[in-house]
Amino acid sequence: MNLTLDGVHTHIGRYHILQGVDFQAPAGLTTMLLGRNGAGKTTTLRTIMGLWRASRGAIRLGERRLDGARASDVARAGVAYVPETMAIFSDLSVRENLLLAARAGAMDEARLDWIFGFFPALKTFWASRAGSLSGGQKQMLSIARALIEPRPLLLIDEPTKGLAPAIIDGLIACLKDVKERGATILLVEQNFRVAREVGDRVAVMDNGRIVHAGEMAALAEDAELQGRLLGLSLDSHQ
Amino acid sequence: MTPGARRPDLLPALTPLIVAAIAAPFIGSLPTFVTLTVASLAMGAMLFVMASGLTLAFGLMDVLNFGHGAFIAVGAFAATVVYQFAPHGSLATDLASFVAALAAAAVVCGFVGYVYERLLIAPVYGRHLEQILITIGGSIVIEQLLLALFGTEPLDLSPPAAFRGALVFGQIAVEKYRLVALGLGVLLYVLLLLVLSRTRIGLLIRAGVENREMVEALGYRIDRLFTAVFMAASALAGVGGVLWGLYQSQARAGMGADLLVLVFIVIIIGGLGSVTGCFLGATLVALIANYAGFLAPKLALVCNILLMVAVLLWRPRGLYPLGAK
Amino acid sequence: MRLLSGDPPRGWPARALVVLVALALAATPLLFHGAKPLEVAEKICVMAALAASYDVLLGYTGIVSFAHVMFFGVGAYGVGLASYALGPGWGAMALGLAGGLALSAALALAIGLFSLRVQAIFFAMVTLAVAYAFNVLASQLPDLTGGEDGRSFRVPELLRPGHHFGHWLGTAVTGRTLTYYLVLAGAAALFLVLLRIVNSPFGRVLQAIRENPLRAEALGYRIVFHRTLAVIVTALVAAFVGGLDAMWLRYVGPDTALSFSIQIDVLVIVVIGGRGTLYGAVVGAAVFVIAENYLRALIGAAATATADLPLLPNLLHPDRWLLWLGVLFILAVRFAPRGIVGELQRRHDEGRRS
Repeated sequence: MNLTLDGVHTHIGRYHILQGVDFQAPAGLTTMLLGRNGAGKTTTLRTIMGLWRASRGAIRLGERRLDGARASDVARAGVAYVPETMAIFSDLSVRENLLLAARAGAMDEARLDWIFGFFPALKTFWASRAGSLSGGQKQMLSIARALIEPRPLLLIDEPTKGLAPAIIDGLIACLKDVKERGATILLVEQNFRVAREVGDRVAVMDNGRIVHAGEMAALAEDAELQGRLLGLSLDSHQ
Repeated sequence: MTPGARRPDLLPALTPLIVAAIAAPFIGSLPTFVTLTVASLAMGAMLFVMASGLTLAFGLMDVLNFGHGAFIAVGAFAATVVYQFAPHGSLATDLASFVAALAAAAVVCGFVGYVYERLLIAPVYGRHLEQILITIGGSIVIEQLLLALFGTEPLDLSPPAAFRGALVFGQIAVEKYRLVALGLGVLLYVLLLLVLSRTRIGLLIRAGVENREMVEALGYRIDRLFTAVFMAASALAGVGGVLWGLYQSQARAGMGADLLVLVFIVIIIGGLGSVTGCFLGATLVALIANYAGFLAPKLALVCNILLMVAVLLWRPRGLYPLGAK
Repeated sequence: MRLLSGDPPRGWPARALVVLVALALAATPLLFHGAKPLEVAEKICVMAALAASYDVLLGYTGIVSFAHVMFFGVGAYGVGLASYALGPGWGAMALGLAGGLALSAALALAIGLFSLRVQAIFFAMVTLAVAYAFNVLASQLPDLTGGEDGRSFRVPELLRPGHHFGHWLGTAVTGRTLTYYLVLAGAAALFLVLLRIVNSPFGRVLQAIRENPLRAEALGYRIVFHRTLAVIVTALVAAFVGGLDAMWLRYVGPDTALSFSIQIDVLVIVVIGGRGTLYGAVVGAAVFVIAENYLRALIGAAATATADLPLLPNLLHPDRWLLWLGVLFILAVRFAPRGIVGELQRRHDEGRRS
């Protein structure tokens, strides 16, 4: 399903963070949301998720309006969220974390095996407290939680932050496979290599607005545009 | 260290034994010591039931209900109504009326808790100062309504015949009712732990304690969970009120306000939000109350304040603080 | 204006209300005869000063203490027990007051340092427990405190009802009149001191911490230090007020000096009068004490009028006056959190802006 944002404004306290965000994440594709720190990427994801309330504008998933809905209703409309903080429940075991994310009540064994294929550590530490996992394992769990049941739209906030390169490769494979299975992905990413590899479309934010939208491949080719939009050559901080 | 291996923190669990070991030589006589200790365990079980709901609701909702004591009193009065109509005489009827009294207290308090949460607490989530003020107001109103409905004199709430009297082992006499209270308290403790570890609602509560927002983002209505947990907390207070009322053989509108002080000490010692900490804290407070009550009656409450100070100096967040939020 | 630290009530309605209360308190011995009006006026003075000191905690610092009346009681017991033990005299009263102040400061320091480190909500719970234990202790040490019965004591000759100074405007001026004016002057002076404190740099730091603790900490203010200092300063004021009240009552006991219901009264007065305004304590105390003394009769009359209806007479019984106070309190917290004075000032401010 297409995700469409139309003139979305968000206020947090007395700060006006999103100042009219317009873009579309087309169905079945991976859209990268790029931009400097503080551009409003995380706020955009949180606003779509219903964790901040849009003060103006419309958010649509397919035909359905998401703006104004509670986060739980957005989730039930088929949106899964992987926050920047991962937000795993550290007092619960790996199994319990995934069990909660499976709203149907039981987990689909085949799907679980598919997830274990990308993130074998989750199988190893199946019964362990999530709080005792390493940072990378926590990130895997957070993503696995979003995948445990099929959802039409995935919102993922900086999944590669602080991860070892080997784990990043697994993650890239996973994201590609999720897309193959038909999900729409909106991905905030600082790592340009990852963005180039998994992104189909791209939207670049600055100061609470979308300043560029187009094909990811085109942006990846155009070093001048990258420098102008993103302020620095992202390849350099790998 | 391999992930998942968490060294169980057993030291706090030993504190009641330490307290008992220190008190024993001062008390001297063994039968007295045993009687006091059994009395403490029973009182601790009752305190646990009264305090568990408060600590549970605080852990999940970050709400401290200063009107929690009023629910204790409501539970005790609900029991007096049941006992007015209940037949008595045989063991079976006594047990049935006891269960009915507990059930009535739980239902009435759960219902009052629902109204209280929607009307008073829901509008002030996340604002501690307003919460304290409004729940103090709520406790005044409930207490005064009890006075208006049931009069100013305490009502009789004697335990049924089946629970009266004592079992005698040599020189040691153990009141039957204390064993009933102890059994019920332990049962509720185990049930609470099972609910928290084995059921989906328990998982949701534990997850919500850590991150309410993420629970909502997984598709669950956190506000309904709050209401449900608050109702359960109120019902537990009511059940505790029945147990305590029968122990004291009376129901008094002000009983909750008096108990609230001990309940607060219990949950501070245990670690706000922790069920196991609450059980330990209740046992400790009861041990101190009984030992000090025997050795220096006037200083019983002061000793418990000192216990709280000592525990907090040792562990500033209580014996079993909840995991990092 | 300097006396008010440059912080008078804003707008004429609030100003008029405060001036009215102040004038009425000053003129009560001349306007009314008999003991009751003077008792009521004295109670207003005491509650106003006590509530104002509580407001510095609740309204300006944003912390809830349930031990404030304990400090009030410590001051009262100080004056009472010293006068009882040493015999009537100004020296005994001064010594007792000094002792009460010292004990209050020490207790406040201990409680503050101990329980303000963790969460603010700890402080509310710990103060509740400590105040309760203190109350129980005072009732259980009859040799020292007189126990439940408390202690009656005599005051210096000059302050006794039997001491006549003569007549003025047709009213007999006695030792009681002098005592009343001493209480009034003491309460007024303490109020002005509190006003000075909240308008000092220290007061502004307290408000900054209340508004945003994290930001205040980032600016380098030590939160625990400032909050503890606020608890100590207000405890000292409360103890002083307690000493004044004991001098007036010529009696100390748990019911008049330590009871939890006084703590609730103070809380209600500050919220209904308007927290964070100080003047709200004066207006709130006047409204509360007058209502307590005269409105109860009104509720009682309503109970008689509805005697035939079920339950209603029970709810309207004069002794159930707290029920209606509780309802009013909840409504005030929910719908009028600024209280009387705060609301009047807000209307004035908005009127000026438009």
